Amino acid sequence: MTLTAPTQTPAGPVPPAPAPPRRKRPVGTTGTASRTLISAVDLQRHRTLYFLALGATLLVFTLVFLFPLYWMVTSAVKSPAEYAQSTPTFIPESWHPETYATAWTNMRIAKYFTNTVFYAVGGWLISLIVDVGVAYALSKLKPVFGRVVLGAMLASLMLPAAALLVPAYKTVVDVPLFHVNLLNTPWALWLPAAANAFNVYVLKRFFDQIPNDLLDAAAIDGAGRLRQLWSIVLPLSRPVLGVTSIFIIVAMWKDFLWPLLVLQDPESQTLSVALARLANTSQVPPTELMAGLAIASVPMIVVFLIFQRSIIGGLSAGSLKG
Amino acid sequence: MARARAARAGHLRRKASDNLLAYAFMAAGLACFAFFSWYPLVKGVILSFQQDNFVVPPYWVGLDNYRALFDDPLFWTAWKNTLFFTGLALVFGFALPFFIAVLLNEFRHFSGYFRVLVYLPVMLPPIVAVLLWRYFYDPGAGLFNTLLRGVGLPESQWTQSSNTAMISLVLVSTWANLGGATLMYLAALQGIPGELYEAAELDGASIWQRLRHVTFPQMRFIMLVLLLLQIIATMQVFIEPYALTGTSNPDTITVMVLVYRYAFTVNNDFGLAAAMSVLLFVVLGAFSALYLRLTRSSGD
Repeated sequence: MTLTAPTQTPAGPVPPAPAPPRRKRPVGTTGTASRTLISAVDLQRHRTLYFLALGATLLVFTLVFLFPLYWMVTSAVKSPAEYAQSTPTFIPESWHPETYATAWTNMRIAKYFTNTVFYAVGGWLISLIVDVGVAYALSKLKPVFGRVVLGAMLASLMLPAAALLVPAYKTVVDVPLFHVNLLNTPWALWLPAAANAFNVYVLKRFFDQIPNDLLDAAAIDGAGRLRQLWSIVLPLSRPVLGVTSIFIIVAMWKDFLWPLLVLQDPESQTLSVALARLANTSQVPPTELMAGLAIASVPMIVVFLIFQRSIIGGLSAGSLKG
Repeated sequence: MARARAARAGHLRRKASDNLLAYAFMAAGLACFAFFSWYPLVKGVILSFQQDNFVVPPYWVGLDNYRALFDDPLFWTAWKNTLFFTGLALVFGFALPFFIAVLLNEFRHFSGYFRVLVYLPVMLPPIVAVLLWRYFYDPGAGLFNTLLRGVGLPESQWTQSSNTAMISLVLVSTWANLGGATLMYLAALQGIPGELYEAAELDGASIWQRLRHVTFPQMRFIMLVLLLLQIIATMQVFIEPYALTGTSNPDTITVMVLVYRYAFTVNNDFGLAAAMSVLLFVVLGAFSALYLRLTRSSGD
C-alpha cells in the first residue's frame, strides 16, 4: 500500500520481464507477425495517405507532448518583462540562462533537491530490503500461515490511498506501541512506502520460478538460507529487481500529497512540495519558478531516457494480455 | 522405528526452524504493513465515529460525523464535482489512449519516438505538470488564450470560470497521465494474432468492421481492467484542484480536497475527515475488489 497519489503504474499478476525485442516494420513487409488492422498491401497502395497521416500525427503529438516542456525550459531564460508580455514569444528574445542559477540559490533548490534524492534513495533501499525479505520467506521458506500473510498484504491493495490518509497521518504523529513522532523525518516516507503489496507480489512470483533444486544444491554445499538468498536468488532476479527499483524511485520522486502532509517543516520538504508552496507566494519571480519546475523534471526524464526500454517493457509486461 | 522417529523429529525441528527463520525474514515487512496499512484501516473506521480535533481529547460520538457530513452542502458539491471529473476523465482519459494506441499501432515509422513522446509527461512530477499548465491557463498572458486570440476564437477564463474549471482540470490530468494506458494498449494490440485480421479481410470486412469485430473483442479484458483503474485513480483526484484552484473553490472542490480541508486546513476535524474517507473507501472498495478479482484470476 502506498499512501500516495493513486498509482498509475499497472498492477498485474505477471512479473515484469525485460522489454520484448523492438519490432521493425518497414512499409510493405508482409507476414502475419506484423499484421495489424490495415494490411501492408493497403499501406503500400495508399503510400501518400499513409505518410500524410504519419506526418500529421508526428506534428500534432510533438506539439502536444514536447512543446510544453520546451516552453518550460525556454520560459526560464526569458527576462521577466518578456515573460509577462501578453503575446508570448516562442523563441526567447532575451537570454538569461543565469536564471537557473538564481533559482537554484534563491529557492534553495539544492536543499530540496538533496532532500528528495535522499528520500528516494533511502526509500528504495528500505523498500527493497523489506519486500525482498517478505517475498523470499513466502516463496522459498513457505512458513505456516504464509498464504494468510500474503492475502492480508494483497488485501491492502484494495484500500484506496485516500481511505488511509487521515488515520495513517495520525499513526505517523504517534506510532502505536513506540509512541514516537515521525513527522518531518524521512521515516514517515520510507516505512509506509515499504508496505507495498504490489512489490511483494511481483517479487514473490518471480522467486517462485527459481527452481528449488538450485537452493537445495547450495544447502548441501553448506549455504544457509541468507546465503542462498544472497548468492542465488538475488543474482537470478536482476531483471525484476531492476524494474521494481525504477518504479519505487519514480513513485517516491513523483509523490506529492503524502509528503505535503508529513513534511510540513520547510527544511525537510521535497522539491515537489516546496515548489507548490513557493508557487503560491509572490516572492519568487515566475521565470525562476519555471526554472525550478524544469530542474525538478530533469532527473526523472534522464532516468526515463536511459531506462526507457525496461520501463516501457515493465509497463507492457506488467499489464495483462488481452 | 527409532530411526524413523528420530528422522521425523529432525524434520519437525528443521520445519520449526524454517518457520522461525521465515518470520524473521518477514518481521520488518509485517511491521510496516501492520503500522501503515492494517492498523490505519481499523483506526480510520474508529476515528469516523469519534470527535477528534485539537481542542479536546477524542471521545465517541456515534454517527454524528456522518450526520454532519450530510448536512454540509460542500459534501454534496464535492461528490458532484468528483463524479463529474471521473465522468469527463473517462471520456478523455479512457477513450483517447485507446484511439491513440490503435493509430500508433498502424504506423511503421517512428514507433520508438511515439512511445517515448506519449510517456514523457507521465515521468514529470505531477505538481510540475500542473504548475506549468497553470501558466498556460492564465486568462491574461496565458499561452492558450494567446493561441485562441491568434486564430480569432473567443478567449476563455479556463480554471477561473465555473463553466470551464472542471474541464480545464481534466485536460491537464489527461495530458499528464494518458501515456501509461496508451502503452499498455499498444502492448495488448501487438498481442492480437495477425491471422484474425487476415481472415476478416478475406471475408470482406471493412476497416471499421475489423476494428469492431476483431480489435474490440480482443481488447475487451484490458479495457475493463484499465477502466476500473481509471475510475479508482480519478475519484481520488487531488493535485489538480489543489494546485490550480485551491482548497476552497466550490467549483472544483473534490472528495480528496475536502478530506484534506476537513483534517488539515479549515476544520481541523479528523473525525469528520475520517468519515469522508470511509465513504470514499466504500464507494471505491467495490471497484477495487472487482479489479483485484479480475487481475488475480487471470494470473493463475
